[in-house]
Amino acid sequence: MRVADGVRTFRAGLLHYFRAPWRTALARKARDEEDLFLLMIFSESLGIANPVSFYTLELQPIMLERFHAWHTRMGMERSPLDGGFGCC
Amino acid sequence: MNSIVLLFLGLAGMALGYIFYSRFLAEKIFRLDPDFITPAHELADGVDYVPTHKAILWGHHFTSVAGAAPIIGPAIAVIWGWGPAFLWVVVGTIFMAGCHDIAAIWASVRNRGKSIGSIAGNVVGKRARALLMIVIFLLLLMVNTAFGTVIARMMVSEPSAVLPVWGALVVAFVTGQCIYRFKLNLAWVSLLGVIALYALIWAGPQMPLALPKQLFGMPDVGVWVVVLFLYCGVASMLPVWMLLQPRDYINGLQLFVGLLALYLSLLIFHPNVVAPMFNHNLPSATPPLVPLLFVTIACGAISGFHGLVATGTTAKQIDKESDIRFVGYFGAVGEGMLALAAILATTAGYATLSRWEGVYSAFGKGGVGAFIEGGGRILANGIGLDIGIATTMLAVMAALFAGTTMDTGVRLQRYILEEFGEIYRLPVLKNGYIATILAVVVCMFLVFGTGGADGAGGLTIWPLFGTTNQLMAGLTLLVVSVMLLRRGIKSWYTLLPMAFLLLMTVVALLLQVKIFYGNGQWVLLAIDLVILVAAVMISLEALSVLRREWPRGGKTVHSLS
Repeated sequence: MRVADGVRTFRAGLLHYFRAPWRTALARKARDEEDLFLLMIFSESLGIANPVSFYTLELQPIMLERFHAWHTRMGMERSPLDGGFGCC
Repeated sequence: MNSIVLLFLGLAGMALGYIFYSRFLAEKIFRLDPDFITPAHELADGVDYVPTHKAILWGHHFTSVAGAAPIIGPAIAVIWGWGPAFLWVVVGTIFMAGCHDIAAIWASVRNRGKSIGSIAGNVVGKRARALLMIVIFLLLLMVNTAFGTVIARMMVSEPSAVLPVWGALVVAFVTGQCIYRFKLNLAWVSLLGVIALYALIWAGPQMPLALPKQLFGMPDVGVWVVVLFLYCGVASMLPVWMLLQPRDYINGLQLFVGLLALYLSLLIFHPNVVAPMFNHNLPSATPPLVPLLFVTIACGAISGFHGLVATGTTAKQIDKESDIRFVGYFGAVGEGMLALAAILATTAGYATLSRWEGVYSAFGKGGVGAFIEGGGRILANGIGLDIGIATTMLAVMAALFAGTTMDTGVRLQRYILEEFGEIYRLPVLKNGYIATILAVVVCMFLVFGTGGADGAGGLTIWPLFGTTNQLMAGLTLLVVSVMLLRRGIKSWYTLLPMAFLLLMTVVALLLQVKIFYGNGQWVLLAIDLVILVAAVMISLEALSVLRREWPRGGKTVHSLS
C-alpha cells in the first residue's frame, strides 16, 4: 500500500506543479467568458436588443445560480434587475 | 585546480549557509512564526491564495526564477578568471540572495500577499512605488532584448538546435491538447512530453537547419530576431493553456533533468579547470572587475527579479510562515547551483588554456556559446553522450529558458502598457493587440539599436540588465529594512547588501556612461542615463526614508536580544 500512496502523492504534486502558476490567468479568463455569456443571456433585461431572446429566455432559469454568483461578485447584495429576475 | 574541489566547496558553502545563516535569519531577524495565519489561509480562494506544500512551492519558485540569466551572467564573467565569479556566486548566494528571497516572501506574507510594488507604496511611499514600476519596466525591456539576441545568435551558431527548439513548441502544444482536450493522465503526458523533447534533441544534429546568410536583405541573426519576436507576440496573445502553460511545465521538468545531468557529468568526468583563477591576460577593452562583476552576475548571486516572483505568486501560497526559510533560501541556492554549473562548464570544459583564451577573446564574447561548448564536452565525457547531442542539449536548454522568459516578459509588458493606457486615459493602449505590437516593436528596436542587425553588438546590454536587476533587489531590501525597523529590528543583514548593491550599481553605471560615450553607442548611453537617474533617486529615497525611520535613543529592541 505504501507504493500506491507514494504514487498518489506524486501525481497530486505533479498536478499541482502543473496548475498552480496559471490558476489566476485561467480563472480570470473563465470569468470573462462567463460574464460575456451572462450578458448575452440577459441582454434583453439590460435593454440590448437580442434577436434570439426566444432561446435565451429559456436558459434563464438554469442560469439562476450563476447569475446570483455574478451579482454578489460584483458587490451587489440583491439582484440588480428589478422586477424581472428574482434570484434573491 | 580540479573542478570537483570547486564543486564541493561551492555546494558545501551553500549548504552551510542554508543550515546556519538561513536559520539565523528565520529566527532572529524575520522571526518567522509557524502560528501566523498566512494569506494563503486567511484569504483562501482556491485561485490565487492556496496553501501549498513547501516542496512543490519551492519547485515553482525555483523554476520561475531560474532561467537563462544565471547561465549567461557567469559565462560572461569568467573572463576575469574563475576566482571572482566563483566567490561572488557563492558568497552572494549565501549572504545576499537567500536573505533577499526570504525577505521578499516574508514582506508579502505580512502584507496580505501583495506585490512588491504595492508594498513599497504602503511602506515607503508613492515615490518608491513609481520608481519601482519604472525599474520593472526597464528590466522587462532589457531581458527581452538580451534574450532575443542570445537565442537568435544561438540559432545561427548551433544549427542543430533549430529543430528541437522550435519542435519544443509543437511538443508543448500537443501536451496542452492531451491534458485539456483529451484529459489524459498528467504523469504519462509529462513523461511522453519529456521523451519527445529529448528525441528532438537527438534528431537535431542529424538535421541541422540554417538560414541563408542573407535573407530579405538582412543577415541571418536579424531574421531570427524578427521571427522570435513575432512568435513572442503571437504566443502572448494565445490562450495560456494552449502554449505557455504546457511550455513552462515541460521546460521546468527539463531544467531538473539538465541540471542533474550536468552535475552527474561533473562528478564522473571531474576535469581540471583550465582557466586561470585571476585572468592577468585580459583582452584589451575589458572593463574593470570592480564594479562590473557585480552587475554582470546578477541572477545566481542576487537578483531583484526574484522579488517579483516571490511577492506576486509565491507568498500567496505559503502554508506556514516557517516554510519561507526553505522556499526562499533554497530557491536562491538552486539558482546559485545553476550559476556554479555554468562557471564550471565555462572554465573546466575546455581542453587547454589557449583554447579558452581563444573563446574569451573580448568582453561579452564568451557567454552562452562558451557554456554550450564547455558544458557539451563535460556531458560527452561524463555521461557519455555524443558530443553533437550534448551541445545540442545544452543549446536547447538555454534557448528554451530564454524563450519562456521572453514569452512571459512580453506578456507582462503588454499588461503594463494596458495599465498605462488605463491610468493616462489612452484607449489605444488598452487594446491587447496594439499593446502587444508596441511591446514587441520597442524590444526589436532595442535589439537592432544596440546590437546592429547582425547581432554583432550582442550582449553589450547585458551589464545594464544586471544593474537594473540589482537596483530592483536594492529597492526590495530597502522596503524590508523599513518594515523591520518599524518592528524595532535594526537589520544590518538587509541594509548592508542594499548599500553594497546601490553603490556598485551607481559606480557601474557611471563607468558605462564613459564606455558607451567613447564607443558612440547612443541607444545604450540613453538607457544607461535613465537607469542612472533611477539609481540616484532610489539611493536618495533610501537615505531619506532610513533617516526618518531610524530609531533615536535607546527605545529599540536589538535584533539579537
